[in-house]
Amino acid sequence: MRSPATARQLLRYLPVLPAVLLLLVFLAGPVLWAFHASLTDAGLTGRSARNPSWVGLENYQRLLADPVFPLSVLLTVVFVAGSAVLGQNLLGLALAVLMRRARPLVSAVVGTTVVAAWVLPEIVAAFAAYAYFSGDGTLNQLLGGLGLVRQEWLYAFPMVAVMLANVWRGTAFSMLVYRAALNEVPAEVTEAAQMDGAHGWQRFAFITLPMIRGSITTNLMLITLQTLAVFTLVWVMTAGGPANASTTLPVLAYQEAFKFGDIGYGTAVASVLILIGAAFGLAYVRLLREPRP
Amino acid sequence: MRRRALKTMSLIAAATVALAACSPDDPGASSKTLKVAYQKTDSFTALDTMLQAAKQEFEAANQGVTVELQPIQANDDDYGTKLALALRSPSTAPDVFYEDTFKVRSDVDAGYLLKLDSYLEGWEEWDTFDDGAKAAGRADDGGTYAVPLGTDTRAIWYNRKVLEAAGVTLPWEPRSWQDILDTARKIKANDPTVVPFNMYAGKGTGEGTVMQSFYELLYGTGSSLYDEETGKWVVGSAGFQDSLAFLKTLYDEQLAVSPAEALDANVWKKVFGEWLPNAKMGATVEGSYAPSFWQDGGSYEWPGYEQEMGVAPFPTQDGQAPGAVSMSGGWTLALGAETKEPELAFSFLTTALNEQNSLSFTVESSQIAVRKDVAADPGYLDANPFVRDVSALVSVTKYRPATADYPRISAAVQEATEAVITGTRSPQEAAADYDAAVADIVGAAKTVRK
Repeated sequence: MRSPATARQLLRYLPVLPAVLLLLVFLAGPVLWAFHASLTDAGLTGRSARNPSWVGLENYQRLLADPVFPLSVLLTVVFVAGSAVLGQNLLGLALAVLMRRARPLVSAVVGTTVVAAWVLPEIVAAFAAYAYFSGDGTLNQLLGGLGLVRQEWLYAFPMVAVMLANVWRGTAFSMLVYRAALNEVPAEVTEAAQMDGAHGWQRFAFITLPMIRGSITTNLMLITLQTLAVFTLVWVMTAGGPANASTTLPVLAYQEAFKFGDIGYGTAVASVLILIGAAFGLAYVRLLREPRP
Repeated sequence: MRRRALKTMSLIAAATVALAACSPDDPGASSKTLKVAYQKTDSFTALDTMLQAAKQEFEAANQGVTVELQPIQANDDDYGTKLALALRSPSTAPDVFYEDTFKVRSDVDAGYLLKLDSYLEGWEEWDTFDDGAKAAGRADDGGTYAVPLGTDTRAIWYNRKVLEAAGVTLPWEPRSWQDILDTARKIKANDPTVVPFNMYAGKGTGEGTVMQSFYELLYGTGSSLYDEETGKWVVGSAGFQDSLAFLKTLYDEQLAVSPAEALDANVWKKVFGEWLPNAKMGATVEGSYAPSFWQDGGSYEWPGYEQEMGVAPFPTQDGQAPGAVSMSGGWTLALGAETKEPELAFSFLTTALNEQNSLSFTVESSQIAVRKDVAADPGYLDANPFVRDVSALVSVTKYRPATADYPRISAAVQEATEAVITGTRSPQEAAADYDAAVADIVGAAKTVRK
């Protein structure tokens, strides 16, 4: 028999039980299933569709030998670093800082414009971005109107196009997070620094940034994981082409699993993607944990 | 308290089970339900019309049977994926479904399709189906697993206005690849703003690249993709390189669209909706279903297309016999392997494919008839002025080697064409890459040098 104290201790966890169950069924379940499938030769059709057999690490060996895989990992890292960590994050921070200084009207107009892209469903945003960057799209018409050289953006610079599109779509989130964080910085601290003779830039670097450090890490974690999983945007704009020049890992996983019907191999790619996401997540969690100065 | 929570939970679980048992698809009830899965899009509603009609007819004739139509709104690729996912589990597998001919073999391998031989014996109308089309539903074991709905062929579609302006004698009947290049150069010289002769290439257009472009070239050289007799994939053929070289010439001399346009997955919409109707393109290789886009109710209605467009068979490389080449695909109706009502499902299939329903479907979707009675019907022959020409190509047409490896092989071919038109590889290099890719996919033992 358990002591009453232990029972009470256990009882305390009862309210979170549904949440834990839901997490297990809908989050851990698919992850485990994907990992299991990646160790089999499961297919969408063909002999191994209904009764897949265990192949061990064969899919991962194939993955390492596949010339597209390193390219795809590199593109994914470039995509995340360029469009999330640098693009969305810095632009969002800059907008949030500038909006505090701007007139209310300007701030409201800019805020609405930026958030508009974020409110669009992903598929709509993807088609809008496709229409903007395509051969006779808006961007080229603008460039043509200014007498500048037109470019086949989706063909010549596919990664630049999808990264710009992702910055456009995702900046609003960082901006909102940073606006909230900046509002929390007490005015007295900044004023005290000013009294001590700190210039604007110094105040920002040595007072504001350290104080919103928690928000920065949380924001980085969220946008990194969101960007890692971006599929629709890339698929609609370039479908991974030309010649795999924009095949990020989610696109590669989709192609292998559904276009070629090789679910085992596709889930192996997806498992690698999960690992990369977990690595980023752990790094950010560590950053968050370190004692604040 | 913990006990009580568990009790409540088990009660809820029990209630869920009990309620589920009451749902209408309980097999023990007197009413029976047939699930029918098929594709429906904005531009493809012909099948929906046909199955709605068949449902009414069938339900009237079979009291107590409900036909549950489950249209899937998706393009061909996504439809295939969704169907395959539904077929994986017996609880979601439809009883009757719309199945691409090139998936039949691999889906039979997967055990998704019901063998129909014993049912077909008792169906006298089966004899009215064309023998070539019947083969499309046959699997490696010689059994028939699917009944064809219609088929298609590929040909050159040209804009008469553009060719006339360039001084080409009409009707245009190219006899060799050289004829095509000569005419295309003539059109280019006459009006550089026109795309003279487009052929798809690259991964953007997917199966379109191979079905409506590369295979017409490859099979016209006397080479082929797959050796049916030995069951091996052909590598190192001169025909493969020649075909790539032809595409390179078309794209290098700017006789086709620009490589950037070619790699856009939406390029075919511009071909049908913009360039041909606006006389901005001389000719392209496209399917016999082309008129379905232009006729009344099509996605790109074009009154007068009958007068402005012309059709010609795609010639062999040097005009060697049989003089023309074409590719065929097409779709079928099949039954789920685990259907609980095979008799009823087959009976529904025969209702859906009876003469009347087949005729209206074939005409509305600009298919080539697979039933002899439909093929002879004046309503079919006069549906548009091109029916006779494209139907005649059935005599020279080829089918894809639709094994489970095929999608990857097809992707390797598409990659080879992409590398050549973008200039990253020479035809020779791209062909060598393809050979290596094929050996990698199927294993060197399943390839043959020809």
